[in-house]
Amino acid sequence: MKSAVLSRRNFITASLLAGGGLLFDFSMPIAAAVPGGQAQHLGAFIRVLPGNRFVIGGKNAEIGQGAKTSLPMMIAEEFDVDWSQVSVEQTHADQTLFGAQSAGGSRTTPREWLPMRQAGAAARAMLVAAAAQKWNVPVDGLTTAAGVINERKSGRAMTYAEAAPSAAQISPPGLATLKLKDPAQFRIIGQSIPGVDTPAIVAGKPLFGIDVSLPGMLHAVLETCSAVGGRFIAANLDEVRALPGIMHVLKIEGDGEAESLLDGVAILSKSWWSANQAREALKVQWDTSAQESFSTSRYADQAAAALTGEAHAEIVSKGDAESAFAAAARVVEARYEYPFLAHGTLEPQNATALFRDGAIEIWAPTQNPEAGRALVGRALGLAPEKIRINLTRVGGGFGRRLMNDYMVQAAAIAAQVPGVPVKLLYNRQDEFRRDFFRPAGWHRLAAALDTSGRVTAWRDHFVTFGRGGKPARAADMPASIVPASLLENVVLEQSLIETNLPTGWLRAPGSNALAFVTQGFLDEVAQAAGKDLPTLMIEMLGTPRLIEGEGRGPALATGRARGVIEKVLAMAHWGGREPLPPGRGRGFAFYFSHAGYFAEVVELTVTDAQIGDMEVWVAGDVGNQIVNPLNALHQVQGSVIDGLGQALAGQKITQVDGAVEQTNFDGHPFQRIDATPRIHVEFVRTDNDPTGLGEPALPPVIPALVNAIHSATGKRVRSLPVDLSA
Amino acid sequence: MAVDFTLNGKRTSFDVPADKPLLWVLREDAGLPGTKFGCGAGLCGACTVHLDGAAVRSCITPVGSIGGQSVVTIEAVAQTDPGRRVSGAWNKLDVPQCGYCQAGQIMSATALLSQTPRPDEEEIDAAMWGNLCRCSTYVRIREALKKAAAGGESNAVQVRG
Repeated sequence: MKSAVLSRRNFITASLLAGGGLLFDFSMPIAAAVPGGQAQHLGAFIRVLPGNRFVIGGKNAEIGQGAKTSLPMMIAEEFDVDWSQVSVEQTHADQTLFGAQSAGGSRTTPREWLPMRQAGAAARAMLVAAAAQKWNVPVDGLTTAAGVINERKSGRAMTYAEAAPSAAQISPPGLATLKLKDPAQFRIIGQSIPGVDTPAIVAGKPLFGIDVSLPGMLHAVLETCSAVGGRFIAANLDEVRALPGIMHVLKIEGDGEAESLLDGVAILSKSWWSANQAREALKVQWDTSAQESFSTSRYADQAAAALTGEAHAEIVSKGDAESAFAAAARVVEARYEYPFLAHGTLEPQNATALFRDGAIEIWAPTQNPEAGRALVGRALGLAPEKIRINLTRVGGGFGRRLMNDYMVQAAAIAAQVPGVPVKLLYNRQDEFRRDFFRPAGWHRLAAALDTSGRVTAWRDHFVTFGRGGKPARAADMPASIVPASLLENVVLEQSLIETNLPTGWLRAPGSNALAFVTQGFLDEVAQAAGKDLPTLMIEMLGTPRLIEGEGRGPALATGRARGVIEKVLAMAHWGGREPLPPGRGRGFAFYFSHAGYFAEVVELTVTDAQIGDMEVWVAGDVGNQIVNPLNALHQVQGSVIDGLGQALAGQKITQVDGAVEQTNFDGHPFQRIDATPRIHVEFVRTDNDPTGLGEPALPPVIPALVNAIHSATGKRVRSLPVDLSA
Repeated sequence: MAVDFTLNGKRTSFDVPADKPLLWVLREDAGLPGTKFGCGAGLCGACTVHLDGAAVRSCITPVGSIGGQSVVTIEAVAQTDPGRRVSGAWNKLDVPQCGYCQAGQIMSATALLSQTPRPDEEEIDAAMWGNLCRCSTYVRIREALKKAAAGGESNAVQVRG
């Protein structure tokens, strides 16, 4: 890694490439953040090729969310070239060059919206200045289009490639002088542009981590205890070593952290299949004394006991909930619960590593490369600059690859065979054994209604997983959750129980479960108040105002929430429809997560406990600009079906004696093509910078679904997954 | 043991264990990584290839069982007429998200069109049910299949990448 020392205005460098091109490398000083005048780069590169074609760096991990296309679109827009002149090249991981490269939290779009456009505009400005110098005219008289600089007065033209050699001598413009386009002038942003890798995917080209192939590479499998965290006692390592085709059998010493290294045995062969077959002969004795007491039934008993008693801790308490409940005309109460879930990325976890001369090079499909670098550095005792991480396309993220355990494991294995590249690949059983699960949870809820049917108080006792008073990863409930943030008298409490299962972020973490609980229960409250849920929501949202989020979380704009609610009601003809026929039902839900506002309506028919003929309407507000409408539609369609799968496909991770029972897709199914509903998507444009779309459309579809089931059958679904046969 | 079969139109022979799944022979011995490993149990369809024109799950197909037959993989499927139409429609509609399952989807879709040139929605769902798409690109898989069935796009859309 290099960390450039740059002056405040010197955030761009241009250098000639061997072979006749120009490389622009952008950097922006962040003086406050980096002492001594060291600059952090703007996070982009553009290569100008002699044929007036342009290579733009795709810096973020591509997990199917579209960042490898959308970020270069932002650069190309302000660089003012045609998209047909652009090709995109994946960069390696280096935060000093590229800034944040993670794919998580739907944060990429809001974080990169300004710097990516500034990068394109800065490069354009340098080329224009070079042309002006060459022609000896002021820059004001020059315009650009499709990678060509034009002088209006004379009609002269010069391509970017022609201007490039002298642009290397131009001193870079200051950020403040850069003028960005008026959105009305956008020619790339806002267009439906297919994914840059689509043709290569369709042709079956090697793009993914699993496809990495290096000369002399060995393939590795890693056996760990079925009860996560079990310690290695002994194994028949020599017997396995004697098997044909087995090159190494290595004991991996764990550090006790699932996100880093657990005790295990690695088997290396020239063939992954042979290595995986050899596991049948491997007999490991594990110490599971610290794990074997954990089971699904124990959690249920502990949760039931906790919910009848006093909560361990308060999340937030405001107003006077006690008095409001005492004075209520009516109190509505219910309990909701949901299970652990697995991610099931279709590309199993893998990483390739080559350790030599005290340094390591890694090729990995990861959502969070810098976190991986830190873990590898700690596990191997290597300084960050001794770790190079190359980013591959990622065969599904969903939050699983925010954890980098597989990267650390591959590195630890490679460190035992210096000079030999090793690719570690999980099998599907490993995937279910070593996931970081969406935590299960239990809620005891109560809402107070006054005589006019207004909600006057809200209480939620949440039983979740954690230790020492601290919820586990992705197992917390924010104090700013809707509707608590909208009401005056609120008590949110939590009680913690322990598990040996590592928990983690699953697409729209927290929200994917809490939307079900809060919007499902609010549908009950609305019914008790004699109104429908959208009416109750609009009433609680009140006048347009900003409600601050927790910590660094985004503020909730109640007017934007109302906007999407009204939009989806119009799309689905919520108010003006004929009464639905028997067995047909309609449900609504709203949720705010990842800075995105989504209201959704599900309509369905229930016949003989089977759900059919489903239609879904989605209205979302993610700001004033949809960067790539084609991909935006894809993200929402995928989120809707993904969410429906969590509720309907039968997903549930269960545990006996500390070990997860599910081992493959038959035990933890995901939606198949026949479960695809008709989906209508519209965006409400409001005057706000664009925000991310990978996640926020998912949470509300689950409560909209269960509310529709209630509308169709009168049956309340308070436990996931949905089981209508009960 | 030596196993002989036709791979993407060429007679080929591999000296591999008879119980080695075709998937791993393709990926490790034939240098064709386009066919993907997902579940190892025939449950997800990522490994789908054509065996004498029919879609099979190569992860549970021992290579010793296919002697003399013809195997077509994603790398060569676009050389057939239905494969070309399916690939063209997949590009045109930008079907993939993460893209990992799509080789298998395209192989199943092409096998369907080879046998049923004008499938209805039920036939599409039945033929494609075994191919899991974790990103849920199913809306476009259906649309692209219909487009390919209707003649589709004979040329892939020009996209840089």
